Amino acid sequence: MTDWLWLGFDAVQVIALWVLGWLACSSRDVRRAITLFIAFGLLLALTWARLSAPDLALAEAAIGAGISGALLLAASRDQVAQSGPSSAQPLILRGLINLLSLGLFVLLGLALWYGIPQPRNELMLEVQAMLPDSGVSNPVTAVLLNFRAYDTLLELAVVLSAVMAIVALGPMRPTVAPAGFLLSGLTRWLTPMLVTVAGYLLWVGSHAPGGAFQAGAVLASALILLLLSRLPNQPAINAGLLRGLLVLGIAVFVGVGLVSMLFNQHFLAYFPGTDGGLILLIETAATLSIAAALTLAYAGGHPADWDRFENRQLPDSAGENA
Amino acid sequence: MIDQTLMYGICGAGLFAIGLRATLLQSLLLLRVLALNVCGAGVFLLFVAIAYRGPAQAADPVPHALVLTGIVVAVSAMAMAVALGRRLSQLEKDSG
Amino acid sequence: MVELLALISVFCGLFFFLSGSVGLLRLPDLFCRLHALAKADNVGLALIALGVMLIDGSLVNALKITLVWLLVMAASSVSSHLIARNALRGGSAHD
Repeated sequence: MTDWLWLGFDAVQVIALWVLGWLACSSRDVRRAITLFIAFGLLLALTWARLSAPDLALAEAAIGAGISGALLLAASRDQVAQSGPSSAQPLILRGLINLLSLGLFVLLGLALWYGIPQPRNELMLEVQAMLPDSGVSNPVTAVLLNFRAYDTLLELAVVLSAVMAIVALGPMRPTVAPAGFLLSGLTRWLTPMLVTVAGYLLWVGSHAPGGAFQAGAVLASALILLLLSRLPNQPAINAGLLRGLLVLGIAVFVGVGLVSMLFNQHFLAYFPGTDGGLILLIETAATLSIAAALTLAYAGGHPADWDRFENRQLPDSAGENA
Repeated sequence: MIDQTLMYGICGAGLFAIGLRATLLQSLLLLRVLALNVCGAGVFLLFVAIAYRGPAQAADPVPHALVLTGIVVAVSAMAMAVALGRRLSQLEKDSG
Repeated sequence: MVELLALISVFCGLFFFLSGSVGLLRLPDLFCRLHALAKADNVGLALIALGVMLIDGSLVNALKITLVWLLVMAASSVSSHLIARNALRGGSAHD
């Protein structure tokens, strides 16, 4: 009986995902498309939870639905409200594209139906066998930060390069119109709670679903709320601190890798016995880095004193060079 | 009997096709990037569906780690694409 | 017995969410729709949270779920206020 109920649930999920994805993709109104995309992200988070992927559910809800949606909404402010009609393209081309997509779907569906890979457990059993030596007890964290730490290092580098490209494109766009006292009041309560939740997610990632990326996204949402609400006596963003935080994640990661090379002659082979501590250190730096990166991505550019940090004048050089 | 892996795998394939169609047909850059993200979501769904091992057993953690990396990279790439698009439209407005 | 109570609670919560969704689709004005959604968020989520708390059973998780409900209520109230204020000041209020 419960098998049929689960089958019904899965069927509803699949159809709902298709419908939401279709509506989000084919909508003409920009804001409607973004709102539907946020809803799609949340439904996808539910799907991850259904498929025994709680880490992914947390990350999708925070990053995929929350930060992505906020980013798109912020970027849509100075765009046109409606997309032009797609009759800009000739009818034949549109027909071909529709046919191509349908054909691709049929091909992929048939390939999956007849040839879906049988579950192969070699990697999973290896991970389970090495898990006690990895320093953490959450297998996803162990894979991310111990067995495949190099991939995570490169991921942090990709995030940093994307943020450098965004920062190079121009100054921070001005925030939205002042949102009023209600949002400021809510932010006053939410920010300490969000910081606590981020710290909790970071700590708990070693033995339960959680980890650096989810914590970084929650911290980024706290910073974005601060950007949006303009509390009184709010300190200006310190560009030097921001720059330091951006590179902190990669710096600590590479530093740990190089230091462990001194002991082990392998890059990123953690010193045995200190695995858990090193993973926590790397994760903390990565959380701060990702929070700074996502906030800068939302703000859309560098804060006002970014370049002044570079071109600092020494006190008496101005008079001497004149 | 259709099992979850097959069902969600086909769902992912459908999402990929939907996203691909919209990427090619939409005219605004923002909506194209959004559709590309839906493509990515379809691919992630296929990964996680293959990693699923049933309600009794823990799932395979290696595809989960890959998809987690993928989610973060997809957001950064989307942020950069959207910033480039915004700068482009700003330049067009200034020059045109 | 407890599970029956939890089931009834969840179904009542689902009814509120259903009526909120119907209101979202059928009501004519932005303000009416915000009004309908507030019912779904506050009462519907409370009933579903109650059902989940009854099924789960531990006190710590019950406190966490209550905190989640309070945060959702705070966030949805503030965002409804912001949406309504923006609509009053000249954004589109009808569709």
